[in-house]
Amino acid sequence: MVKHTILPLTVQDAVVRRRKKVLVGPVSMTVAPSGLTVVMGPNGAGKSTLLRLLHGMERLSQGKLQWQVPEPQARRSQAFVFQTPIMMRRSVLDNVAYPLITHGIPRRAARNTAAEWLDRVGLTDSAAKQATVLSGGERQKLALARALIRGPEILFLDEPCANLDGRATREFEALVLAAHAGGTRIVMATHDIGQARRLAGDVWFIYRGALHEAASADQFFASPQTPEARAFLQGDIVE
Amino acid sequence: MPTLLRRGQFGATVCQARTFWQTMPTALTPCAIFLHPPLSNQKNVTIKDKKTCAACAVPGLCRINQSGTGIRTKQTNAMNEILQGLIQAAQLIFSLDRDLIEISLRSLYVTVTAVAIASAIGLPLGCWLAVRRFRYRRFVIATLNALMGLPPVVVGLIVYLLLSRSGPFGVFGLLFTPTAMIIAQVVILTPLIASIAHQAIRELWAEYHDLLISLNTTRRQRIGTLLWDGRRALLTAALAGFGRGIGEVGAIMIVGGNIDHATRVLTTAIALETGKGNFSLALALGFVLIGLAVLVNLLIHSLSRTEVSGRW
Repeated sequence: MVKHTILPLTVQDAVVRRRKKVLVGPVSMTVAPSGLTVVMGPNGAGKSTLLRLLHGMERLSQGKLQWQVPEPQARRSQAFVFQTPIMMRRSVLDNVAYPLITHGIPRRAARNTAAEWLDRVGLTDSAAKQATVLSGGERQKLALARALIRGPEILFLDEPCANLDGRATREFEALVLAAHAGGTRIVMATHDIGQARRLAGDVWFIYRGALHEAASADQFFASPQTPEARAFLQGDIVE
Repeated sequence: MPTLLRRGQFGATVCQARTFWQTMPTALTPCAIFLHPPLSNQKNVTIKDKKTCAACAVPGLCRINQSGTGIRTKQTNAMNEILQGLIQAAQLIFSLDRDLIEISLRSLYVTVTAVAIASAIGLPLGCWLAVRRFRYRRFVIATLNALMGLPPVVVGLIVYLLLSRSGPFGVFGLLFTPTAMIIAQVVILTPLIASIAHQAIRELWAEYHDLLISLNTTRRQRIGTLLWDGRRALLTAALAGFGRGIGEVGAIMIVGGNIDHATRVLTTAIALETGKGNFSLALALGFVLIGLAVLVNLLIHSLSRTEVSGRW
């Protein structure tokens, strides 16, 4: 089980502004220490930016993030899986071992741990291959293993299954659920309503850069409170 | 005999300061520098009979042949010269001519060392410029790109002045040594290698940016990662530097002095032989130079296994 020391995270009036255009905000929320949150909303609503903001990759124009520990320490216990997985030009094994090596763990020990993780995500056969020859599904599994290898307390996933087919998505979701069962806090963006229904413990609905609606999954899917969320769930085009 | 006449006049003016030159070691006389005999396998070289050189008139000091070396008695056409050059190149290589091997190895030594030093400076510098954001970054990059075309002659002149007896680094006595040639080449090659490395690393950095930021890496780790993962692109940068260095003549001529058995390399020998009208030998050396450059490139590519499927 992952021990929680950095959560809960408190966000106060955070705004991300680029060239005078507000991408996200103002957002105020508290990210609870456990749970599996699905972030939903139409394209361009600010899902990705919100996740990057929480992860500390976006410069805040105003507002602040408050972890339970100082920021540099909090950064170490987070991980992020991008929509398009970034494959480093090395072998699959070295890709997964990389976060450990940058944390000062000896190469050999890091590779051993990486091999265990490859086994867990089912990529053992590809360990020696160059990462760039992997298929889309394998890449995303590699990215997940690389994100989880440090044992993060919170894992952000930015539409990880957007380019995957059914089978790859199912495998990926199983791995995410396993990580969640292991105690990792999950925040995942998606606009696949089916996936959200399968995974979500609670839902943040993002609309025009703001947190439009936040509710538990049962409540959100049964009776969305805002007309935009209702329209989105019905499959109408929400702009 | 226009060539000899010209040389004689030139030599005569130089040799008016004979007492000065006589105090210097043989290798540094103007004859040794400007009027050296062709390579030893040239049949018409008469090394044994120590005739007086028309240029400096010191018996036995300079081994110049007066019987017509380098003088073209009849009009030969250019294609014939090239053919002759090819044949002579083959002869030089297969006879394992000692002088040829010596100057080829010196060429390689100077340029490979210079490329190694310039890479050690230029690759991390290019990478750092790609990763780091600072106020005058664009200006620095533009300057670096401009310095890619640094005129070797000017670099040679500056290095010459710095290393000469009266210069700030004169005490080291480096002028007219291979070390001085390496220094000059490092100055020429570093901006080139840094600039090409920067171009290559910038692409890779755009790709890796989010991941390396997300993984909370230090700047040193980022640079290390980019250098390692971009090593094949960086190899191209180093090879471009090698290509420029091995064919460079202006700077090493000035700081090296083209002294036989000391600082003569392929390019300066070619310049010398061309000046003497010895076109086929100059061409032969030219073909050896090209062959050497191609060989080194092929060797490095096969060692690093570029262009093999699944690799970079």
